[in-house]
Amino acid sequence: MSWTGRSLRRFEDPALVRGLGRFVADVADNHTGARHAAFVRSPVPAGRIRSIEAPAGASVFTAASFSGIGTICARLDRPDFVPLETPVLASDAVRHQGEPVALVVAGSRAEAEDLAEQVIVDIEATRPVLDAAAATDPDAPAVHRGLDMPMGNNVVLDARFATDELEAAFEAADEIVEIEIRAHRQNALPIEARGAMAAHDPGTGRTTLTAANQMPHMLRTALADILNVPEAELRVVTPEVGGAFGQKMCVPREYVALVAAARLLNTTIAWIEDRSENLLASWHSRDHSYRLAGAFSRGGALLGLDADIVCNIGAYSNYPVTFGVEPLMALAELPGPYRLSQYRVRSRAVTTNLCPIAPYRGVSRPVLTLAMERLIDTAARRLGLDPVRVRRTNLVTEFPYSMPTGLPVDPGSYSETLETAVEAVDLEGFRRRQQQAAAQGRYLGIGFSVFGERTGYGTPAFAARAMEITPGYETVRLEMNPSGDVTARIGASPHGQGLATALSQLLADELGVEPRQVAVVHGDTDAAPYGWGTFASRSMVIAGGATKLAGQRLAARLKEIAAHHLEASPDDIRLEQGSATVAGTSIGMALPEIARLAHHSSHRLPGDMEPGLAVSATYDPAGTFSNACHAAVVEVDPDTGAVCLERFVVIADAGVEVNPMIVEGQIHGGVTQGIANALYEELVVDGDGNLLTASLMDFLPPTACEIPDIEVTHIQTVTDASITGAKGVGEGGAIGAPAAVLNAISDALAPLGIEVNEMPATPSRLRELIRQAVPASTAETAAAGG
Amino acid sequence: MKPAAFDYRAPRTLEEALGLLREHQDEAKVLAGGQSLVPAMNFRLARPAVLVDIARVPGLDRIDLDDPGSVTVGARVRHLDLEHNTIPGPLGVLLARTGRWVGHYPIRVRGTFGGSLAHADPAAEWCALACALDAEIHCRSANGARVVEACDFFEQMAFTTCLAPDELLMGVRLPSLGDSWGVGMAEFARRWGDFAIVLAIAAVERDGDSVARARIALGGVAGGPVRAAHAEAALSGRAATPESVAAAAAAAAEEVDPTGDIHGSADYRRDLVRTMVTRALNQALA
Amino acid sequence: MNAERVELTLTVNGEPRAVAVEPRKTLADTLREDCGLTGTHLGCEHGVCGACTVLVDDEPVRSCLMFAVQCSGVEIRTVEGLADGDRLHPIQQAFWEHHGLQCGFCTPGFLMLATSVLEARPDIGDEELREVLASNLCRCTGYQNIITSVHAARDQMRP
Repeated sequence: MSWTGRSLRRFEDPALVRGLGRFVADVADNHTGARHAAFVRSPVPAGRIRSIEAPAGASVFTAASFSGIGTICARLDRPDFVPLETPVLASDAVRHQGEPVALVVAGSRAEAEDLAEQVIVDIEATRPVLDAAAATDPDAPAVHRGLDMPMGNNVVLDARFATDELEAAFEAADEIVEIEIRAHRQNALPIEARGAMAAHDPGTGRTTLTAANQMPHMLRTALADILNVPEAELRVVTPEVGGAFGQKMCVPREYVALVAAARLLNTTIAWIEDRSENLLASWHSRDHSYRLAGAFSRGGALLGLDADIVCNIGAYSNYPVTFGVEPLMALAELPGPYRLSQYRVRSRAVTTNLCPIAPYRGVSRPVLTLAMERLIDTAARRLGLDPVRVRRTNLVTEFPYSMPTGLPVDPGSYSETLETAVEAVDLEGFRRRQQQAAAQGRYLGIGFSVFGERTGYGTPAFAARAMEITPGYETVRLEMNPSGDVTARIGASPHGQGLATALSQLLADELGVEPRQVAVVHGDTDAAPYGWGTFASRSMVIAGGATKLAGQRLAARLKEIAAHHLEASPDDIRLEQGSATVAGTSIGMALPEIARLAHHSSHRLPGDMEPGLAVSATYDPAGTFSNACHAAVVEVDPDTGAVCLERFVVIADAGVEVNPMIVEGQIHGGVTQGIANALYEELVVDGDGNLLTASLMDFLPPTACEIPDIEVTHIQTVTDASITGAKGVGEGGAIGAPAAVLNAISDALAPLGIEVNEMPATPSRLRELIRQAVPASTAETAAAGG
Repeated sequence: MKPAAFDYRAPRTLEEALGLLREHQDEAKVLAGGQSLVPAMNFRLARPAVLVDIARVPGLDRIDLDDPGSVTVGARVRHLDLEHNTIPGPLGVLLARTGRWVGHYPIRVRGTFGGSLAHADPAAEWCALACALDAEIHCRSANGARVVEACDFFEQMAFTTCLAPDELLMGVRLPSLGDSWGVGMAEFARRWGDFAIVLAIAAVERDGDSVARARIALGGVAGGPVRAAHAEAALSGRAATPESVAAAAAAAAEEVDPTGDIHGSADYRRDLVRTMVTRALNQALA
Repeated sequence: MNAERVELTLTVNGEPRAVAVEPRKTLADTLREDCGLTGTHLGCEHGVCGACTVLVDDEPVRSCLMFAVQCSGVEIRTVEGLADGDRLHPIQQAFWEHHGLQCGFCTPGFLMLATSVLEARPDIGDEELREVLASNLCRCTGYQNIITSVHAARDQMRP
């Protein structure tokens, strides 16, 4: 029986449940003599630094201490892109609240905070620009003064795409539906904030950075480039990482400063970000505005789509993907799983005096899916059609399909997931229940969301974005050790996904060993092959593919050796239950015997076979789409604006599920973040640019009481776009949930004529819409009845 | 997020505690459960020079049922102990029902009744309850003792009470509510366990089918807890009907003057006042 | 103000631990830095996330909201004290079997919270149990498998 497809318990877990997992703060606290850092941060969102005064004799680093160190800057090679450079520490200008201005080092974090309070930073505050639309006004302050902005004030990317006959499509339309979507600023909020420990060894001249991070090799390259140090002098280790969701993907200026300071002081320094810093100045996310116009036929067919997208990317770019990832992903993928021939889009990135944006689970797709799915529901209501019918009319059913932007979509189950969801929620039964509830003054609603999740994209896909640093492939180095067990070294960098367990299942099938005989080594640039880490739902597709290829190569070697010694053909050798046997016979060799021979008696290997059992494989696919339909059933309390999630149904198609338990866990977690994004989480700044949601009393990740049980049904569509057949599933939950929730709320409030197009749909926002829709006297009567 | 340095004192007698407060005045802070003070210290929003831990001061952790007309809750009685109290009658019901809404279980394990009142968060459940029931707050300093009416205890500025720097909140005397009283509590918070956006506490004395007296207090609508006097008047002496409840709720929404914040505008809070008062009264009259 | 260290003895997982700490040092930091018990994690340091939950006299507390100097004379239990040698505690076993963790960072806090409530109230109902578990934040699992795990442990731990 195959190991693939089994819900194997994770090998990662025993240490974690014992409290023996080592996260970066644990490494630092167990490291005798580590010193601790704190950052002095700008209290204002915009200004010029007049002076910085530090207490005499204290270990305080400013931009001046780091002369000769470069800026952090990644580029896109396209004419509509303005690269933004991030200094490691602010030198003359500060551009967002919380921007690091100085680094202080002391014996403990508490003492470092004491010291940071004594550093006096004199800043001449200037007028900040916070809103993306306002920032493009020619009279608005320039966030990066002196930098040429040919596409408009503070406009750092202005990408456009149009097909030839959009206007004709709009002229032919029976109904033109226009909506505006607003997704507010959020924080990915891993429960472990960021953190790192830089240890410089004056003996070897090497510096090791142990860091909460998703891309260890990329981080090493960035550090080498910025600090102008040979890459071989640097080692990046990612220990256990306490959740990341994109926030630990991009290179933080704090880590660069830490390495620079450790090298200058010849010592070991830890910086463990606290929640206050994390909310203020780690990386923010979302903050998009969409204006959509859809041209529809009377029957609900989508004839054309015209979109204007603005992404508020904050004060700086990120490394390596740049701020371009937000508007460009939105531009390329907006039409989603809907057949569309005529599409025009303008997608901009605007810089402001807010914390920079970095990818967060789903990146632009939670918002673009929200935009498309709200457009479909709004059109259905306008045309007097069932929203499910409008989806049926427009969903892609024939594959391969090419989006208007040229993006190829491989086989998926868009319609099947929708139909399965309609059955799972008993749509007809729900509509009856909804009517009965309405008669009692209750507001029940249902919402659907159908989407594709582009995953596992390799180099070609990133190259299409014209990235100077083009991620994509993964390499796996696989070795059977003399004792017959297996070590797989991977460039991916899992942090809670259980990838080591899942890869061991793949290898067990290829090699005929038990999964527990496979050790997966990752997160250490000295031990793992160069790779791109874990992000973008890519690891099972790409690292999994490379693992399978490497497993096949090693299997071929084992078979060749066995065939040589058993005087059989390699084609007749089967690797099963720890042995290589001749098919149909009991003749065979135990794998440890072969392994011992290959390493210790290599003169007995066939022909000119090289000693040992090490192989390597790289996989670099074009990409695939997993897909799903989400359905939310809600009740809205009209008096408080509170939304109660009654049911949440997911019909997910992630292709082959190597470990279904892990897949389901990813869906649960993703959906929960999607619900959180849809209803609870928002970073709010006041008109002066001060963050008002500076604690978890005000920024509100939901608890077990806010999240319903998530009902998951699995469909597995075969694809040849991924050699494992796995399609990637890390982000889908977060991508689909906001649209389902906001469609459900809009359905519930349809009797009041309310459409909800702003996320998060907080109780106060909903109550405001209800108050505007219902005359006060009615509301009072309703309240009295409640 | 590490607190600034401080001196720690853990007096073993009341006299010693009061002496420390007199000696250090504004520089000192009393530590009871620490569930509000310590977060503020971790953010360095509070930075007392001396922390006076009253954990070892005897006699502050009792619920005193000896007086038939009242119940005295010691300052160090924990939220959890009130949630699971054995106080007879409607007062016990109200304290249990309200206690369940105070923070989360581990917060209720440590946090104290007196600490909550002294901290005076405008959205705190116990502050509104004390105000609704016209509780007597017993304060003591090295110079003597005094009793303050709850509604005078809270200043209409957030986190501010009339407690002098050298005074210790000793306990709170609540009226035993007889069986003619009904009680209700309604709260709206964004997440389970959060501070209220708006909360309402109601205690209503029935006289047959009508309401003899109503006590309604609100949290989250001003700098401190407030009594909804117009709402009480709208209900007192009236028949206990949905219409009179609606009138009281409307009066409450009318008489408050909330300010908006990130969780809701002034209008939103006003809407919530109407809804929470309705719900609390419906419970009290059920 | 006094940055001088105070000497005290904590009792952690049944063993006395002599430490010398500044009064401002929280129980969480003391366990981690002075006792080498880094299984207790810090996620917010203001009492919301619950990652630092430990048991004090068998009740769950946020160890970021207690100072070590408050802790003489009490019994402290941490995640490191749950397993009996190689044998996992039923709550640990349940989290493993039911995929109640992903990154594992919040897990020690949930394990201690669940242990305390199941020890005190072995028959606690589902709804109340969910309310208790809502004390802590998890960003990976969506809570569903945590709740399933605690239900399974409840069945195991019932006397």
